[in-house]
Amino acid sequence: LERARVNSCLVVDDNRVIRMVARRLLEGMGFRVTEAGDGAEALSLCRESLPDAVLLDWSMPVMNGFDFLAHLRREPDGERVKVVMCSVEDDLDFIRDALARGADEYVIKPFDGEVLAAKLVLAGVA
Amino acid sequence: MKPQAHDFLVRLCAERAGLRLAAAAPMDIEARLAPVARREGFSGVDDLLAAVNGRNLDRLGWKVVEAMAPAPAEFFREPAVFAHLCELATAHARSGRRLKVWVAGCGAGQEVYSLAMALDERPDRPEVEIFASDLSAMRLEKAQAGAYTAYEVQRGLSARRLVRCFEKRDDAYLISPRLRSMVCWSRVNLVEDISRLGGFDVILCRQVLPLLTEAARERVSAAMAGALAPKGRLILDAGEYPAGWQPVPGPPGIFRPERPGRQAA
Repeated sequence: LERARVNSCLVVDDNRVIRMVARRLLEGMGFRVTEAGDGAEALSLCRESLPDAVLLDWSMPVMNGFDFLAHLRREPDGERVKVVMCSVEDDLDFIRDALARGADEYVIKPFDGEVLAAKLVLAGVA
Repeated sequence: MKPQAHDFLVRLCAERAGLRLAAAAPMDIEARLAPVARREGFSGVDDLLAAVNGRNLDRLGWKVVEAMAPAPAEFFREPAVFAHLCELATAHARSGRRLKVWVAGCGAGQEVYSLAMALDERPDRPEVEIFASDLSAMRLEKAQAGAYTAYEVQRGLSARRLVRCFEKRDDAYLISPRLRSMVCWSRVNLVEDISRLGGFDVILCRQVLPLLTEAARERVSAAMAGALAPKGRLILDAGEYPAGWQPVPGPPGIFRPERPGRQAA
């Protein structure tokens, strides 16, 4: 029997509680989860091993979500990673900007497992 | 919830709207009726139901029944259905006709606007007549306003569609007036006489029939057969298999009447 492939997801958020909640939800959906507290740490992890998906906060110290996204897309195979941006910013102009900068999907915080699962499907990763 | 209140609620919903509540969990009933009780100034669901029962309050009774009638609350649930409807609309437009669609049990409008968005994205933008109905006047009002919370627009709606089809005003996301203008709305109780409705090429009615009593289901099903145009189709949820209908090719859940043009019993 062929073994089903497990999708990996990197959760990037400076809030430990949000990372913990996201990890629990994603693991419940069958993802293998890694975590980073800012964009620079996330980029370092991506250079070691590219995940299938990134759940990405925008406002973070050291390197924010948009800067991380720009770096990620320039990495070899960085375009194939599905990025779901995740922020409390709920203005449509901000969401439009996130998509224009290379995010595949966008989740407005707070979110639950149902919304997150739907967004990952829409991003083409779940 | 007190057993007598539960029994009264089951009877009320069956009599007025053909709803089958026997299997509904008490927690689900509480979740649906607690907001009604609060809005109407009652201390709880038992008090609300006692008032409807004891004082025969017709208007309040309808609010209770409407709150118990479930409706789809996601955008683009089973996207293949909307793609199929777009193909039908294009085929009709090519033959010089407009597809006439009835979304029965439209809830707060998510299914209707999913169809409107899908049609609007087509290069040919086929013209379609969309009629949408729901039992709940309150949900219908929300649907007509096309105003949703951040949580609601994240259920099934892609971010790209959100920024393309909505504008944000205060905390609400409003569907564009162009998409809103594609739809005619009306409150319809499916178990009442719906013979005034007819000539539909498609009736989209998902997550409604399984929630009706057997008698109501038969009656609504027959009435819908009568409301279809020749070669008309009924679209249900995948997994729904109504008596008197035959599945047709396409995504799961599409049926034609075994006896076309059958009128309501």
